[in-house]
Order: sequence, then structure tokens, then C-alpha cells
Amino acid sequence: MIVRASERVLIQGITGRQGTFWTERMQAYGTRIVAGVNPKKAGTVHCGVPVYANAGQAMRETGFEVSVLFIPALGVKAAAVDAIEAGCKRLVILTEHVPVHDVMELLAAAKANDACVVGPNTAGLVTPGECFTGFMPAFERDIFRPGSIGVISRSGSLGTLICLNLVQAGFGESAFVGIGGDPIIGTTTLDALRILDADPGTQAVALVGEIGGTMEEDAAEYIAGMKKPVVAFIAGGASPPGKKMGHAGAIVIGNRGSHASKRKALEAARAVVIQSPSDIGPAMREAIG
Amino acid sequence: MNFEEHAAKPLLHRAGIPTPKGGLAHSASDAREIADGLGKVVVKAQVPTGKRGKAGGIRSADTPSEAFDAAQAIIEMEIAGYEVTSVWVEERLASTAEFYAAVLNDAPSRSPMVIFSFEGGMDIEEVAASMPDRLRRVVVDIRHGFGQQEALALLDGLPGAHREKEGSPGIDKEALADILARLYRAFRDNDAELLEINPLAQLADASFAALDCKFVLDDSAIVRRRDLAEHGRSEQLTGLEARAREAGLRYIELSGDIGVIANGAGLTMTTMDVIARHGGEPANFLEIGGDSYIHARPALELLLDNPRVRSLVVNFCGAFARTDVMTQGIVEAWKALGPSLPIFFCVHGTGSKEARAMLREDLGIEPFETMDEAIIAAIAGAKS
Repeated sequence: MIVRASERVLIQGITGRQGTFWTERMQAYGTRIVAGVNPKKAGTVHCGVPVYANAGQAMRETGFEVSVLFIPALGVKAAAVDAIEAGCKRLVILTEHVPVHDVMELLAAAKANDACVVGPNTAGLVTPGECFTGFMPAFERDIFRPGSIGVISRSGSLGTLICLNLVQAGFGESAFVGIGGDPIIGTTTLDALRILDADPGTQAVALVGEIGGTMEEDAAEYIAGMKKPVVAFIAGGASPPGKKMGHAGAIVIGNRGSHASKRKALEAARAVVIQSPSDIGPAMREAIG
Repeated sequence: MNFEEHAAKPLLHRAGIPTPKGGLAHSASDAREIADGLGKVVVKAQVPTGKRGKAGGIRSADTPSEAFDAAQAIIEMEIAGYEVTSVWVEERLASTAEFYAAVLNDAPSRSPMVIFSFEGGMDIEEVAASMPDRLRRVVVDIRHGFGQQEALALLDGLPGAHREKEGSPGIDKEALADILARLYRAFRDNDAELLEINPLAQLADASFAALDCKFVLDDSAIVRRRDLAEHGRSEQLTGLEARAREAGLRYIELSGDIGVIANGAGLTMTTMDVIARHGGEPANFLEIGGDSYIHARPALELLLDNPRVRSLVVNFCGAFARTDVMTQGIVEAWKALGPSLPIFFCVHGTGSKEARAMLREDLGIEPFETMDEAIIAAIAGAKS
């Protein structure tokens, strides 16, 4: 999903330390935050917006369109289902370490209600010059500038570096889509590619993947049919197999999820695979032609 | 978190899936004692890895004294890097056919998946490769579940049952479906990433028993499965890795000489990749992103205690993690410890202006503009 500045955003867990810190930054950047949720603080005002007991109540009062969850891992399922059942169609789940069974349950609820989920374990989304949802340094002008490159990343920090390198090379971003580092997530590489492919503001895609799983391989067929160029970097080529490299999803089992397998699939789909984030500028310039 | 057979089988037992009687032995004499009440037994090495049989870690014993000998031979063996410290001694059941059954988290469908084959007892990857039609995979609607009816539908028309040994009873599909439904229930009740029975044996009286079991607990669910997690096999960690775990840091020791500190899993892996690309070898994976970004100081102390480390790369790109906070931790540790190693920085993102100023003023170090430059300097620094 790409969130626009006009969209009304709910923050579930708005009163917590991180919720407060990032809500203030999102507001300062232009995100239209209309309400928050915390059952214990319902009826109060926080960060200048009303706090409700649940998403259903917030929906009746504000008609929010996007919910961002700053919720502890074990509370994520209930909070997400609350938002989905309230009629929310777009959710951004930032929390890391959500039990996988909870993730599968909430994604099934989302599917049954035609709701789209980004995450869990994502740093969020940025629409440079408009708004952001999550904890990205959207306000850093040397990292995010309005432009025409759509960026997809499983990692927040590495995605940020790629954006920095793009801006240093004179590019800007149409959208940053942080999809998250968990093995099971709502918006996959392929889903994000489809969104950026359909976005008229996106001229080319920077795809930031990593070892583990088969999301990059699964997206290859679609990339082969895309008109927009794709430049990819896959982290983890020098990582040992069989170890979870920080992200729960970043693990190579046998040959499955290896750097070589992803690179091969992407190159066969005519994506440009670079060897260092520093190469993204020149590679993108050449790919766009 | 991986569970060895002896810790995994009780999950099946509690779910009503029959397992052979047995006991855990830490010595050969324990094994003899356990075998005494069981008749003919199998003695199996308890290590969290497959291929125990091929490595000689599974032996049959007809008498308690044979069980003693078998345990004697297996304990202290090394299998796939694991030292065997215990054996599982269980009654030896004669199977008339062996099947495969498992439930796992399937990423592409974002759902649990039940896998079953009448071709059990061997490596399931081999079955998948050589006889794909003999393997059935069913994606489960997690909100609906997987009961008797779904299990019968899975079994319907699945080929392979002809492999039954001569004189074996026919397959009671109702009873088999019941086992599969119970397996799914156990998978859900225990936050499993994988729950696998291989082989699921059919016995002479047409009943079933799980002769082996593999259980992987979702690491993110350990916080709500504390009692269960006590029975899991903790990873084999080096001294420094164990210390990092205590400090809440994600640290993996590698064989090179360039120490790495970065924030976020993706950026840390990338730092290692770029070191390798420029001809160096990383000494470790160490990320201090997420909530641990305030632990820069213990992170640096950890790296300095690795005698192989000859130079350091600090690569920060702040998003959620503030680079000023992380850099401050590094600067404090550096001043306190006064190490003689060369250190090279690349700092961007949230808080980087303050971080760069701190490095200049407190350490007299100018950070590099790109990670490639910092890494090339660190590789040169390690050689000098």
C-alpha cells in the first residue's frame, strides 16, 4: 500500500513511549492522524487527538482509513482483529516477535474482510513529501525526497541506507514500502511490486531483499513481465547457513532461501542485481536509461 | 527452538497420539535399567538433527545388557557437530507400514499446512523430489481448523498404500484421519513452527504409533510457552554468544578478523557482505537495532573480547534506532577501555549530525561517507 497525506490514520497504542515519540514525528511530517486507541485512557486527548477504547469506537467517530499498530507482540492479534472488524482496510504492523500463529490468524481475518496488512516487523511506509506511517526517518532530507523510485525493503535500516544512496545519486523516492523481516508477512515482495508497478508516480523499483524464504524467487516471474526497471540488492551473501541472522525470516535452510538462488531468479527475470548498496545510484541510472 | 525426540513425543502423547513407551538415559547403566521393563528396545541418540541413523546414533537391543552396550557406544558420539549426552530408550514396535505426517507454517499461503505421505520412514525431501504425487500438502484455513473431515479429504485417493508389507492389515482411514486431526491440534496448542512424525508406523493390529517426532517451537512464542521451552534444546553458543544473549544482543561468531557493529539485521548482513566483497572476512554478526540500540556499549566490549578481531567497522543507518544514542555508547566504551585497535565509522540517518560531531570531538575520528570506504579502510587496518 501507499499511504497518502489525505488519508485518516489511527494509532493503536498511541500513548506508549514509542507510540508518542513517532506519532509526534508523523504529525510534524504531514501524516493525518485523527485518533488513537488505548482502552485504559479512553476519553482523553493525546498528541492532540482523541483516544478511544477500541478501533470500533474510533471508526464510528473518525472514519479512519489506515491503522498503525504500536502494540506489544502478544497484544497484536487482538488489536489487529479489532481494527479489521471495525472495517479498517489498511493496517501497518510494526511490532517484532509476534508469534507466527497469531500472524496467520490475523492475516486470515484480514483476507476474509478484504483488508491489506503491511508487516509485522516492518519499519513502515514513507510517501516522501506527503506522510509516513511507522518509524522511518522520513524527515531526513538527505534520505527521503520526492522522486520517482519506488523502494521495497524487508529491512528498515538497510532500506534507509538504499534511500540515502539513491538521494546522494540525485534520485528521489515515490514511495518506500517496508514489508518486514518476519517469515510470514501480509504484504510480500510480489504484492509490493504490483503496487509500485501500478503507481503512476513510480518510474523504477529498488528491491531490497535478504536471504531466507522464497519471496524474491516468487516475485521473479512478475518482474520478468514488468516494463519498469528493477534494481535489486539481496543482503546475506556472506552469512552462514542455518543461522537466523537477526530477522526471524533471514535463515538459509539447505539451498532454500540462499543468496545464490535469489540472485539467479532475479537475474533470469532481467532485474539488475547489485553487490553493494553503494552501487544503487549508477545501476539505477543505467537501468532507467 | 528445537526439541529432541524425548521432549517432542510427550506433546503427541498429550494430544492422544500413541507413542512407544520409553525413558531418557544419561548413562549406559540408566539405559540398561530402562530397557529392563520394556523388552526389545531401540536406543536413540538425542540430538536436534536428522540423519541420526546414518551416523550410527540409533541401535536395536534385544536385552538390557545389549541396551547397555548400545548406549555406551552412542553416548559421547558426535553427530553433526552435537555431542550426544543422552539416549532415548523405547520399546521396539514392529511396523507393517511407515507413513509421514507433519504440520508446518507455510509462508506462501500464510497458513498452516498439513503434509502427509504413505511413503514414510525416509527423507521427505527425497519423496517430494522423486515421487511428488505420493505427497499431499493441504493448506489449512486457520480460522476453521483441520478436523476429521478435512483429514479424510486429504487421504482420499492418495496413492502409495500398496507399499504395505505382505500380510499387513488394511488401512483404517478413520483412525488415520483421527491421528492427523490430533496432530494439527497439537501443532496449534503448542505454537509449533513444525510438528512432524516420521515415521508414523502402522502396527500389526492396524493401530498407529509415532516412532519419531520433531518439534520446532516458534521462537516468538517462547514468552507464552515458558514451561514448554524449558524442555527445548538451547542452541550451542560460544562463550561470547552466550554473553551477548544475556545482554539482549544478537551476536553470531564467525571466523574472520574484522569486527562488525551495525544496527538492524539487514544492514548488519550487508556490512558483512561488503567486507567479503572487498576481500576481508567478518569476525561476527552483531546488530544492535530495534530495542537493543541502547546497548552499544556492551556490544563493543563484546567485540573487543574476541581475540581474533584486528579492526572494527561501525556502520549505523538510523531509522527507529537513533545513531546519536548508539554512537554515544560506543564512544563511552572506547574511552573507558582505551583499546589499541583501529576503528572505522560510517554513520547516517536519525541523529547522525549529533553522532558525527561526537566522534570528531570525543574521539578525533572523522566518519567515512560510504560504508565501502569505511570497510576498505578497516580491511587495510587489520593487515597493518
